[in-house]
Amino acid sequence: MDDFFAARAQMALSLGFHIIYACIGMVMPFFMAVSHYKWLTTKNIAYKNITRAWSKGVAIFFATGAVSGTMLSFELGLLWPTFMKHAGPIFGMPFSLEGTAFFIEAIALGFFLYGWNKFNPWFHWFTGVVVGISGLASGILVVAANAWMNSPAGFDFVNGEYLNIDPIQAMFNDAWLSQAIHMTIAAFAATGFAVAGVHALMMLRGKHLIFHARAFRIAILFGAIASLLQPISGDFSAKDVAKRQPAKLAAMEAHFETQKAAPLIIGGIPNEKEKNVAYAIKLPGMLSFLAHGNFQQEVTGLDTIPEENHPPVAVTHFAFQIMVSIGVFLMIMSIIYLIALKKKSWLQKQWFLKLFVLATPLGFIAVEAGWTVTEVGRQPWIINGVLRTADAVTPMPGIAYSFYLFTAVYLILSVAVIFLLKRQIKMVSALYDEAAQTEDY
Amino acid sequence: MNYIVIAFLFFSILLYVVLGGADFGAGILEFFTSDRNRNRTRKTLYHAIGPIWEANHMWLIIAIVILFVGYPVIYTEMSIYLHIPLIIMLMGIIARGTAFVFRHYDAVKDNMQYVYNRIYIASSFVTPLFLGIIAGSVMSGRIDHNANTFYEVYIASWFNLFSIGVGFFVVALCGFLASVYLIGEADNEDDRQRFINKTRHMNIVAVACGILVFVAAQMEAIPLLNWIIFNPVGLIAMISATVSLVLLWYLIYQGKSIILRPLAAFQVTMIMLAISYAHFPDFIIVKGGNNYSLFEHHAPEKTLHALALALIIGSLFILPALFYLYYSFQKREDLHS
Repeated sequence: MDDFFAARAQMALSLGFHIIYACIGMVMPFFMAVSHYKWLTTKNIAYKNITRAWSKGVAIFFATGAVSGTMLSFELGLLWPTFMKHAGPIFGMPFSLEGTAFFIEAIALGFFLYGWNKFNPWFHWFTGVVVGISGLASGILVVAANAWMNSPAGFDFVNGEYLNIDPIQAMFNDAWLSQAIHMTIAAFAATGFAVAGVHALMMLRGKHLIFHARAFRIAILFGAIASLLQPISGDFSAKDVAKRQPAKLAAMEAHFETQKAAPLIIGGIPNEKEKNVAYAIKLPGMLSFLAHGNFQQEVTGLDTIPEENHPPVAVTHFAFQIMVSIGVFLMIMSIIYLIALKKKSWLQKQWFLKLFVLATPLGFIAVEAGWTVTEVGRQPWIINGVLRTADAVTPMPGIAYSFYLFTAVYLILSVAVIFLLKRQIKMVSALYDEAAQTEDY
Repeated sequence: MNYIVIAFLFFSILLYVVLGGADFGAGILEFFTSDRNRNRTRKTLYHAIGPIWEANHMWLIIAIVILFVGYPVIYTEMSIYLHIPLIIMLMGIIARGTAFVFRHYDAVKDNMQYVYNRIYIASSFVTPLFLGIIAGSVMSGRIDHNANTFYEVYIASWFNLFSIGVGFFVVALCGFLASVYLIGEADNEDDRQRFINKTRHMNIVAVACGILVFVAAQMEAIPLLNWIIFNPVGLIAMISATVSLVLLWYLIYQGKSIILRPLAAFQVTMIMLAISYAHFPDFIIVKGGNNYSLFEHHAPEKTLHALALALIIGSLFILPALFYLYYSFQKREDLHS
């Protein structure tokens, strides 16, 4: 394996792994806050049990997310030293703020996990909320740093030198808002559907119905609202990308030729050599409309961009299609759930629960696909239009071995986390039997 | 502004060594505990560090962020030449954090506990060892810009007697810090006595390793002794550390446990001060001169300004919350009986 490819693969693997834990770590605290709130106000023991059961999951995910995040802060330098040498002082501002947010999150988590029966119940509840808010802030700040790589700002690039650095302007670059909104909503949608799916599975198995039904409802509430909002944010992001990164948009859409009334290409297999897409559905004028809000407007294709600056089209296009189709599917699921709120009988139907079990991993697959679009779509640049990824890679040979090592570690960790969660879920019976008996739906 | 950022860098590294170090030490102590007492020790340890360990490790993140934002050239240099020990240290951090949490949150307590414990203990040893090796390599002058073989560039930079000596010194220091910390956390006299004994042993080992570091420095022609002796701050810090050693042993015999904590922290602070001031403002000593100095290789003024501001505002949030966390979860004397 060539070193440059190994470095990219290792970075992708590390980010792909971390993002799942980061999402769960920043969203679950809000679910817990709701059930915790219900426990404090209704004194219904089921909510206390849900909160406690979730908090154990969060402890596992947070620890894994924290260590994989620590790893990433080093990997940036280990794999991309030239990038960090130049970018560090420019886009470091969100990272230094994120350090604080992350720190507060760890402190609040200590209070929350170990504070049962130790503090005023509302103070304890509040520490859980702080975990969520600081987690969310961390996420937004890290995304702002990534947005800078897509939309570099806050410096002048003169003769290969980075001058007049303004870290604040770099943080508030043009892409940060649309990316932060899109990612935050995605985290809620993915985590909401994943958690709801696990509880739906347990309901299907007929276990501890009250416990799992209540947990399901809290999780899906967040998941459904987020999934309904996501298309709006997606549209905002797409228009943003069209403006700032035409090459990325063209790759997402496998849009090879610059043209007016550009068609939206759905599905298909892009052929990068022949510059066409086989077996695709083409909706005339729709791309122009989605990218620029006008059916006639010209959309830049890959033909106006020098070949050496083309991102890989097939990967970006496939990833984009996967993300969008899952997004649409989850939106439909959310509508089904809203209907089920009226037609209460649906909530106990097999097909209904099965549908949600099916959706368990989808949100996270969409998140991974979305990051693939962002990162692969920006290639060959690590800083869009300024520094090439290939020029930023470490001079150290043998990165392939490091990649194998990381792959093994992440594989083991994933297996371990799944194993632990299974055991946690199994133990629900032993821990919460006494609570389930007196309650009804 | 540069001074403010340097101060934050120093304190976050120091706090990581003291707090994170005590944390690592807990795992090292577990290794040196007889099977008979191991479960009890593990319980004490869990109660003592459970709520605070994640916060303790945040100091490393703060330090690394300061380095890559404020001193990107230094961060890059370390990332390239010390790639291998950094990777090993990271593996240790991952293994340790997850094993610690997994062993507690595994709902079924079966043979898996054995696996978690093994990983936890091994990584509690490896992580500070390589942290020390990295610290040693930074000042060993083995980083060589003119080297061209893989061995010379990526291995000789850290694989030498001095760096490894510093590694073992840091391990011993962690064990020492943890035993001092746990004296105050023990919930019966028997355990307390055990931790006091551990403190004695670990202190002897740490002093021995410290002497070995000086010997290794002499053998490898690193002017460590000169740096410290011909530098007033270094000399005073070194003398304070030595004098407080006598005081420490006196207090151990007197059976005073709580005052031992600040004293142990003071010793580590003095050692850190002596070592880092010795070659200040140079951060990385490079073979043949051209050292990487905190005064010359920093980010532009505007970045340092923003960084300092972020750190000051951040600490306004972090420090009170952190103190309250420690305060809330410390073992109180009134609960003792």
